[in-house]
Amino acid sequence: MTPALSLTNITCTFVSRQDRDQRYTAVRDTTLVVGEGEFVSVVGPTGCGKTTLLNVAAGLLEPSAGSVEVFGRRLVGLNRSAGYLFQAEALMPWRNALDNVIAGLEFRGMQRHVAIERGAGWLRRVGLSGFEDRYPHQLSGGMRKRVSLAQTLILDPQILLMDEPFSALDVQTRQLMENELLELWSADRKSVIFITHDLEEAISLSDRVVVLSAGPGARPIGEFVIDLPRPRDVSEIRLTPRFIELHGRIWHAMKEEVLKGYAQQQRQG
Amino acid sequence: MLSNSDKGSFWAMLAPNARNVRAYQVLVLVCFFALWYALTSPTLLPPIYFDDPNKAAFFFGEPQKVFARAWDWFASGEIYRHLWVTLIETLLAFAMGTLFGIAIGIWLALSPSASSIFDPYIKGLNAMPRIILAPIFFLWFGLGIASKVALGVTLVFFIVFFNVYQGVREVSPVVLANGRMLGATPRQLLRYVYLPSAMSWVFASLHNSVGLAFVGAVVGEYLGSAEGVGYLIHQAEGVFDINTVFAGILVLTVFALLLDALVEFIERRLMVWQPRSGETERI
Repeated sequence: MTPALSLTNITCTFVSRQDRDQRYTAVRDTTLVVGEGEFVSVVGPTGCGKTTLLNVAAGLLEPSAGSVEVFGRRLVGLNRSAGYLFQAEALMPWRNALDNVIAGLEFRGMQRHVAIERGAGWLRRVGLSGFEDRYPHQLSGGMRKRVSLAQTLILDPQILLMDEPFSALDVQTRQLMENELLELWSADRKSVIFITHDLEEAISLSDRVVVLSAGPGARPIGEFVIDLPRPRDVSEIRLTPRFIELHGRIWHAMKEEVLKGYAQQQRQG
Repeated sequence: MLSNSDKGSFWAMLAPNARNVRAYQVLVLVCFFALWYALTSPTLLPPIYFDDPNKAAFFFGEPQKVFARAWDWFASGEIYRHLWVTLIETLLAFAMGTLFGIAIGIWLALSPSASSIFDPYIKGLNAMPRIILAPIFFLWFGLGIASKVALGVTLVFFIVFFNVYQGVREVSPVVLANGRMLGATPRQLLRYVYLPSAMSWVFASLHNSVGLAFVGAVVGEYLGSAEGVGYLIHQAEGVFDINTVFAGILVLTVFALLLDALVEFIERRLMVWQPRSGETERI
């Protein structure tokens, strides 16, 4: 079976605009394969190039070397089979919640009344009925993330790219969102790359966890299959012995890299 | 007799606060006109500076006569024709300047090469005192409405242009990337992302640009025309009728305030999506 997404030997080197000799290699020689319907988390210390990797998968960034294949086809330009959930605020502030959700449908030329019907349905699914005409600044951080999620999922992408989507939320909201994400995902099993720096989040959501080394020149240093049973409840599963065992093993592999990344940031600061 | 606490509350009532600020504003206006009257009336005070008691009135006018003049204008209906002309000039200059500003602002912001070629010329044109173009516009467009509109357009254009340029350049890269991932074509990005973002900057400068359109219209009329409030002022100045000059200024000021209120109203209606400070509604 062809994988949904395969990144092969990806290297991303950024050149400083002021000084062409100043280079920064964010990702070096990284290979990452996501099977169809697989939920893969990528964890690593801050500043290790996780987002760079995701941008490459989305086609927003062209790698310096290496190739990207989507369902066996070489990726040129934007990845049209992928939906992207950004870490930062990505909603259009001048559109209300409903108009934000149906933006993608509108871009595809769907008739407005059909789009509105589907948009309202999606707002209901993410628990935001009655908030259709609120503007992003009138919604809380968690609600804005739900709108983003609906905005991405309404287009039914085969691949879902998520860049620390819940990192700005408080712990309770976050666990709620994680459970909702799992529920939505289990309905039609999209292929997911989920970027996070939170190991617990990564383990409780995924089928597989990939650990990246500290940057510059980050590369995968470990891969762990998460064989926890589904359906899962993210707050309960954290208490099971198997979870704790997996957490211990992955953390052991990560610890050194986290310390390295921390030391690097200290030096830069 | 007043007790101490009553006295306290009496003075507290007089202290400027949100409720009586309107009264203080009116008081300042009344004081201003009273002072003006006292200093210019030929009979009220002995002349302080001038040797002739009528000279102060000659140079500075007299408020009661200014009001009488303004009243006459409205009573006879003579002013409406002139106000109408000034209004039309202002609105046309504003609309055309804004349109050009948006179009060229978006073009230069999205095309780095065009932007770097035209950069020095834009800066130069902006630095130039553009009022000086008035005589050229009179030559080109005659003494009618067109030359005033052209003058206003040169003033409005740059304000809008720089704001749109900034607005398009400062579109959040994440919102932009999100739009692309949601499948927007370059045209759709322009219409649904760049334009709304730029419009918020245009609205931020709306008060400024309407004000400058008005300046262009009035200065144009003042320099050469047969209609408009600027023309009335120019005529009165020619015969040393200082009261009429001040009446014209008074009418223009009130008119400008009304225009500004209108802009504010439109802004509130169209910019509902922008957070206002002090808004606490969150659910």
